[in-house]
Amino acid sequence: NMQTDNIQTDNIQTNSIQTDRQALQQTLEIMALFLQQSMDSLHLVTDGVSTVTSEEQITVEESVEKIFSACLGRTRLKDTFPLHKARHVNYLRKGLSRLSENFECLDASRPWLCYWIVHSLNLLGDKLTTEHQIRISQFIGSVQAETGGFTGNVGHLPHLATTYAAVSAVASLDHEQCWEVIDCERLKAFISTMHNEDGSFAMHKDGELDVRGAYCAAVVATLCGINTEELFKNTGEWIAKCQTFEGGFGSRPGTEAHGGYTFCSLAALILLNKTHLIDKEQLLHWAVHRQMRFEGGFQGRTNKMVDGCYSFWQGGVFPLLHHIISPGNPDCLNKDGWLFSQVALQDYILFCCQYPSGGLVDKPGKSRDYYHSCYCLSGLSVAQHSFNDTFVRGDQNNLIEPTHPIFNIV
Amino acid sequence: LSSGINAEYGEWSDVTPIPLPYNDREPVVQIMYSERFKDVYSYMAAIMQNKEYSERALALTTDAIELNTANYTVWHYRREILREIKLHLESEMEFTASVIADQPKNYQVWHHRRCIIEMSGDASKELELTEETLTKDAKNYHAWDHRQWVLTQYKMWDRELEYIDELLRKDLRNNSAWNHRYFVIDSTTGWSRGTVEKELDYAAAYISKAPNNESSWNYATGIIKKQSMKYTDFSNFKELCRSLHASNMPSPFLMSTLAEMYIEEENSTAASNIFEKLKGAGQYSGQLLELSAKAAGHLLNCGCGHYLAIVFWGLVSHVKISSWAENNKYFTILYCLTNSYN
Repeated sequence: NMQTDNIQTDNIQTNSIQTDRQALQQTLEIMALFLQQSMDSLHLVTDGVSTVTSEEQITVEESVEKIFSACLGRTRLKDTFPLHKARHVNYLRKGLSRLSENFECLDASRPWLCYWIVHSLNLLGDKLTTEHQIRISQFIGSVQAETGGFTGNVGHLPHLATTYAAVSAVASLDHEQCWEVIDCERLKAFISTMHNEDGSFAMHKDGELDVRGAYCAAVVATLCGINTEELFKNTGEWIAKCQTFEGGFGSRPGTEAHGGYTFCSLAALILLNKTHLIDKEQLLHWAVHRQMRFEGGFQGRTNKMVDGCYSFWQGGVFPLLHHIISPGNPDCLNKDGWLFSQVALQDYILFCCQYPSGGLVDKPGKSRDYYHSCYCLSGLSVAQHSFNDTFVRGDQNNLIEPTHPIFNIV
Repeated sequence: LSSGINAEYGEWSDVTPIPLPYNDREPVVQIMYSERFKDVYSYMAAIMQNKEYSERALALTTDAIELNTANYTVWHYRREILREIKLHLESEMEFTASVIADQPKNYQVWHHRRCIIEMSGDASKELELTEETLTKDAKNYHAWDHRQWVLTQYKMWDRELEYIDELLRKDLRNNSAWNHRYFVIDSTTGWSRGTVEKELDYAAAYISKAPNNESSWNYATGIIKKQSMKYTDFSNFKELCRSLHASNMPSPFLMSTLAEMYIEEENSTAASNIFEKLKGAGQYSGQLLELSAKAAGHLLNCGCGHYLAIVFWGLVSHVKISSWAENNKYFTILYCLTNSYN
């Protein structure tokens, strides 16, 4: 009888495990159904009016939906969704040394390549040897102009954007002596030449004028300790004129509110201590609407398509806004995180922006490049880190390093 | 105009090319240039160092630009040549037009064209050029920027509002066109109460056509706020919002605008109700939330599919509302689920 009892007990245990499994399976099926229904409800509402904009948007949503359905419909247990760090590091490391002739179009942007790659490696926790860092800083030194500032390549004219990239690349190296490569005095002279009476900055001698110039100048001046009132006279006021009726900022007064220019404007205003000149409420209102309801990533402008790089340009606006809105009103912003869905943004990047052989992209179907790798990862970092908390989607190993929301340096 | 660069050409035999910097031993972001690239740029470097401003130098910059259109140093040098040889402005317009057609998102070519116009004073082709560019991509940022500059500099406002009408008829979601409308009115008549009223009627027509088009809402609410006016001043627009709301029109932009109106009226109850609706208090969403809680809980208890549970939570709770400080009317609406309104 004892034997029979044991067999019976075993059967009961087996049955209860099976019941658990069944219940689990059922739950998963119901979940999958609700997931699908939730996703359906998040699609673009066209009001029966089809235009080029809505058609393009629907196409993107369809391609993203395929990916989400495939990933989220998986009911295998213990599934994780990794950030393929090793693949990305491999892609980045290669580019840090040699680039094919397809990169001739970036021949006037080599400091950018340095910054995008070094910063991305930092985010991924990949360390460069001291020797390698020295070589990188020597390269940066080789593109420093005699008159100050940094050029896109040896012998080119100094340019504010490449200056920003060069200084940021050096700042991204942790070997302190690398910093010595920067001639701060001459840099100040260069910035001064780019500065106009009305506060705006030209990008280079006889070059175009837009708000990126103010950001690039403010960042390098701050990092090199050469920031003065005189150097940025009227700049805050000029930037404030770039804010549109939508609440975001354009490249110059009058142009459309755009994520890249908005980030530059806000970050520059913070560095110059002039954020009181803008309509913060309207900016926040515009910014929160830039996250795509379906895709989870950000668009650069109203009624345009999602793009992985805006994960940083738009996502990065939120820590900055927190910084300038909170002080006077401690209760008005919740402290759980940033004012956008950190869940949805991380999911978009993880599922839709990783190129299979390494590197990150704008959206599914696009090709990888170092710019998108840099800004998708930077945006991922912003979404993972809020206040003193981290919040990681997909897999605990996906955590990457925090980035500074103004300088975007680790 | 191509220079036909070739080491054997007698034409260039007086020039000693300066080889491109190239480090293959310890490369840092080293581009593996093609032979042609090295050829053209080694001569370009020599020409620039010698400060030669000649026809052949101009032709060489054409090749250099073709190989790397983003080389701002070469574009700048090309301008210096043109300032020396003032004869080529007409063909320069053709040249830039063809580069624009090929690479409409390149910064340097647009800036270069602007500089040429500043030299010649002839902006007669610009509206046509930008219109052509916008026909291929109605939101090209550079084209709009250039158009705005031309309009301001040369005061060619006559047809502009008509042009915007045309674009919005084609695509009422073209946010660049809406932005441009603001710019045109701002630069011409300015914003009297009467103008705001008229523009609100204009926006209202588009809102009625497609209440889920964010652009028309941003324009309407934006012009009121930018001029520091109040919703109360514009009864027609308020009435439109009220009637859309009464007909249960599901549009998050309508909801957010109503909330702003109520806040302005200091009607905090009505405003709070809007927030509640936005949070997804509708029956369907309530069920969804409840079930998701159960499912998530179950999965977490099993210690498996942790990620699936969180994903589910994430999708369902896609709305986050921050708190609203009543004393200074500081509020934030994060974003709204359309299913909050079934």
